[in-house]
Amino acid sequence: MRERDLVIVGGGPAGMAAAISAHENGVKDILLLERDQYLGGILNQCVHTGFGIEYFKEVLTGPEYAERFVKKVRDIPSIEISLRSFVVRLSRDRVLTYLKPGILETIKAKAVIMATGCREKTREMVHIPGTRPAGIFSAGLAQKLINVEGLLPGKEVVVVGSGDIGLIMARRFTLEGAKVKAVIEIQAETRGLIRNVVQCVEDFDIPLYFNHKISRIYGSDRVEKVHVVRVDKDHNEISGSGFDITCDTVLLSVGLIPENELIEMAGAELDRKTNSPVSDGLNKTSIPGIFACGNSFKVYDIADSVTRDSELAGKLAAEYIRGL
Amino acid sequence: MKTKNIICIECPQGCLLSVDHENCKVLNIRGAKCPKGTAYAITEMEDPVRILTSAVLSEAGALKMAPVRTNKPIPKKDLFRAMDEIKKIRLKVPVRPGDVIDADFLGLGVKLISTRGTTS
Ligand SMILES: Cc1cc2nc3c(=O)[nH]c(=O)nc-3n(C[C@H](O)[C@H](O)[C@H](O)COP(=O)(O)OP(=O)(O)OC[C@H]3O[C@@H](n4cnc5c(N)ncnc54)[C@H](O)[C@@H]3O)c2cc1C
Repeated sequence: MRERDLVIVGGGPAGMAAAISAHENGVKDILLLERDQYLGGILNQCVHTGFGIEYFKEVLTGPEYAERFVKKVRDIPSIEISLRSFVVRLSRDRVLTYLKPGILETIKAKAVIMATGCREKTREMVHIPGTRPAGIFSAGLAQKLINVEGLLPGKEVVVVGSGDIGLIMARRFTLEGAKVKAVIEIQAETRGLIRNVVQCVEDFDIPLYFNHKISRIYGSDRVEKVHVVRVDKDHNEISGSGFDITCDTVLLSVGLIPENELIEMAGAELDRKTNSPVSDGLNKTSIPGIFACGNSFKVYDIADSVTRDSELAGKLAAEYIRGL
Repeated sequence: MKTKNIICIECPQGCLLSVDHENCKVLNIRGAKCPKGTAYAITEMEDPVRILTSAVLSEAGALKMAPVRTNKPIPKKDLFRAMDEIKKIRLKVPVRPGDVIDADFLGLGVKLISTRGTTS
């Protein structure tokens, strides 16, 4: 079994920042594993601007922000980048197994940094009753379909949840010629950045309903309509407040969950509520020598903060390796 | 004189700006934590502009879609006209990030540029 000094899992902004910082802190042998064909992670589908204001003092799109780090990572000889490499197993003593087209590799690392990002919450996790027709997407999936695949997954859209991804997608659908009929938010205020309410929703006169929820989805093959109700402060339905909105698509933007199955497999303790690693400091897990950063450590709103915090993970791993 | 409250969209802070104005002219701005906010309030009241981002079909290279942006903000009222134009574009050669796709987009004096390379 081959031994490596540092293995980083995930080539999004977190993994790239950790790799660069580990190199800067003296680690000479770094392997960066990414399951996709490209580095950049979720940034590749975030074609809108809003990245880099803090870190670079410039207004960049997601791909432009990613490119700055991809260039840097590629220029550092001690970082080996392995794409299409899907990590499927991690043990407590830092043995990793990953799949690459045609091969199954096993390696042992002196230190591991997990930078696997997060996934989107699903309809099941927010309990929306009704039928199960086609036309229900998480907002991030719709973002990928439009921006990467060039497909428009619906014409009349209702967005559930006012998180940033939902707001951004309300604008994206509108610009593509779809009609966004409403954004429905159960809380009394937006979960996203206020600027996104302005530039994504108000700019296009999209109705934004606070203190409302979807109580049922209708449709047999395809979504046909949703029933919306007003809720009180405990989120209970206010009777008589309901109305229907016809639509063919429901987009869910109801939160993100850190992706941490691998460190759980290794025996690290996770917070049952947030799915973040239980930790006594930023980027640490309960297993010495296994670190986590970016959205797999905790859900971040802004990629710039992911970069900044993930640099610490590279430093921590370097210190750990030096101390062995 | 009237006062309008607007939210600055220049950065994630989202400052609430109070803008005193008369006959489409800005007289005074309160609440801006930086000079960008002041500039934003003036254009927002006089002729609102936005950077447009989207993606165009690429018939060359490894990616199906090439993400694009305008290098400068364009008038908000031109956004849909700009989208109509973007939908007509077919890239016949691979692009690198920053490549100019249209040097005078819609005759507005702004460039449409690629934001991601389409080769692997
Ligand atoms: C759909 C969506 C849209 C977002 N939009 C914005 C936005 O507009 N603006 C903003 O500031 N933030 C946005 N965010 C937040 C964004 O996730 C962070 O800003 C940042 O991209 C997180 O970086 P990361 O490196 O932690 O995760 P990611 O960018 O998700 O990168 C994780 C990487 O790990 C790889 N990976 C995962 N598991 C494995 C495995 N087992 N083996 C190998 N590789 C693996 C993935 O393929 C991916 O490339 C969005 C998040 C999501 C989910």
